[in-house]
Amino acid sequence: MKKIKNLSKNGRDSLLCYAIVIIAFVAVQAVTAGGGLSSSMKGLLVPICAYIVMAVSLNLTVGILGELSLGHAGCMSVGAFAGIVVSTSLTDSVGAAPLRLAAAIAVGGVLAAVAGVIVGVPVLRLKGDYLAIVTLAFGEIIKNIVNVLYIGRDASGLHFSILSQKFELAEGGKMIINGPMGVSGVQKIASFTSGFVLILLTLFIVLNLINSRAGRAIMSLRDNQIAADSIGIPVTHYKLMAFVISAAFAGMAGALYAMNFSTVTAAKFDFNTSILVLVFVVLGGLGNIWGSIIAAALLTVLPELLRAVRDYRMLIYAVLLIALMLFNNSSLKRRLLEKRGMRQMEKLERAGKGGA
Amino acid sequence: MTFLNHLISGISLGSVYAIIALGYTMVYGIAKMLNFAHGDVIMVGAYMSFCATNYLGLPAIGGVAVAVVVCTALGIVIERLAYKPLRQAPALAVLITAIGVSYLLQNAALLIWGSNSKNFTSVVSGKPLQLFGGALPVSRVTVVTVAACIVIMVGLTLFTGKTKMGTAMRAVSEDKGAAQLMGINVNTTISVTFAIGSGLAAIAGVLLCSAYPLLVPTTGSLPGIKAFTAAVFGGIGSIPGAFLGGILLGVIEIFARAYISSELSDAIVFAVLIIVLLVKPDGLLGKRVSEKV
Repeated sequence: MKKIKNLSKNGRDSLLCYAIVIIAFVAVQAVTAGGGLSSSMKGLLVPICAYIVMAVSLNLTVGILGELSLGHAGCMSVGAFAGIVVSTSLTDSVGAAPLRLAAAIAVGGVLAAVAGVIVGVPVLRLKGDYLAIVTLAFGEIIKNIVNVLYIGRDASGLHFSILSQKFELAEGGKMIINGPMGVSGVQKIASFTSGFVLILLTLFIVLNLINSRAGRAIMSLRDNQIAADSIGIPVTHYKLMAFVISAAFAGMAGALYAMNFSTVTAAKFDFNTSILVLVFVVLGGLGNIWGSIIAAALLTVLPELLRAVRDYRMLIYAVLLIALMLFNNSSLKRRLLEKRGMRQMEKLERAGKGGA
Repeated sequence: MTFLNHLISGISLGSVYAIIALGYTMVYGIAKMLNFAHGDVIMVGAYMSFCATNYLGLPAIGGVAVAVVVCTALGIVIERLAYKPLRQAPALAVLITAIGVSYLLQNAALLIWGSNSKNFTSVVSGKPLQLFGGALPVSRVTVVTVAACIVIMVGLTLFTGKTKMGTAMRAVSEDKGAAQLMGINVNTTISVTFAIGSGLAAIAGVLLCSAYPLLVPTTGSLPGIKAFTAAVFGGIGSIPGAFLGGILLGVIEIFARAYISSELSDAIVFAVLIIVLLVKPDGLLGKRVSEKV
């Protein structure tokens, strides 16, 4: 215990993140083993993992770097479809499903990172709302392009075309991505355990990045870019670094997410998905990683919990969202916090008197 | 002639975008917030007009009037309840609240009117005008839309330039604190801006659904995003910019759909936006604001 107390605030926060994830994983495994989880809840486990990774990675861009991105689902989409192509291509040669999943996630991450570089280099020259609208535009462009993408595979290899199917597949060939119809017949190889491992990996890299020299440089850009620039921090370098790492994890989350459904279409990764993840990040607290984890998990489960009030659930979700944002910035919360602060002060004073 | 035809439908669509973008840009200019619920106010306006003409049997002009009145009130209510308490909050908090409002409006519409699409009857009836001896038919909706757009643009420019309230708006958008010290009622000014923006959204909704008559609870979201793009394209906060951006966006979209690919038209629109912003980071007519330390 003493060791924990001696850790810095950042160290404690990191420890808290790992603890939350591991405890939640063990608890869910225990409940599942006891048969206490409904099938609809079980179906949510992998999406929750994917959304947690999405939220943590977006927090790196929005909370740590301080740039608003409205196109995070675009990176997710790249990762999802790249992952599907990889896992389908490896079906015959690699037997073990976890290995195939790992390959799919890795390739999804790499391709999303490449997309991140392509998007990031022009985008990061802009500022504020202009940057936000351009990330939104890129997200929509990626969605549109995936929507007209045709990829098939036969004995001679992969075939690509855009706008319409311009290739003929040999005997025994199979379409992987079929334009606007998307992908169907994906093998559902994603599991809760693989999601858990991916979350741990994400946390390990993101938390270590934040607590490193590079992380502090990135945060200095958020706090005052001009000042950071003037003391010699390479602005574009660190901005791009945060942006690309964030994109890579979004790609990995996308691959994981896609392997959990038998059909996937480009429309699934639209503007609304980007917004959904942004809501997780803002409600969890900007720059607060464990907040993102909890917000992503709770808000993914919430519509399911509200299933009893079927027709009204999205309405309730919306009202809760507004109410939470209003409360978060209200004078009521400030007063509550002040009261708590006063009580703590009194406690300290009393302790001080007792000691003296 | 097909080229002219596409150009005219592009200008028509662009005029709708321009009307929405004008509302966006006014609200952004004064409240410095991206009002993501704006697109859904369009949808509410279209539904209001639909109900007024189909269930209450009002004439088309009555439908438009009902839509404008309801949306104006809705805009004021939304501003008072959801945005006003967040005046001092960080921009992202306001953005998320706006998204919440957008969800709320969409789902409320879903509960009230259901997910089945309603077939909107155009508010402008009559045969298309025949130009060039019948070689170039122009529908009356197009004429009305373009005319409405120009009238609104000129009206808004005069309003912000000449009237007392308009001057107050410009003052508030420049510096809220200083405006308040000069005796301007900041809250009223912001409310009026929201009222105008929402009223414009209602008109845009009616015109949009007159041209593309399928009405569902998500009707407003994509035009909302496109109009937001148009506003940024022209330089957000600038009234002529929103007009120019809207028209250009509509024309580019229709040309891309006609000559390149209908599936990729949105991608092309957004690609043009990105290129423009890279060359002119403040939009076409935006003001360059230098940064101070």
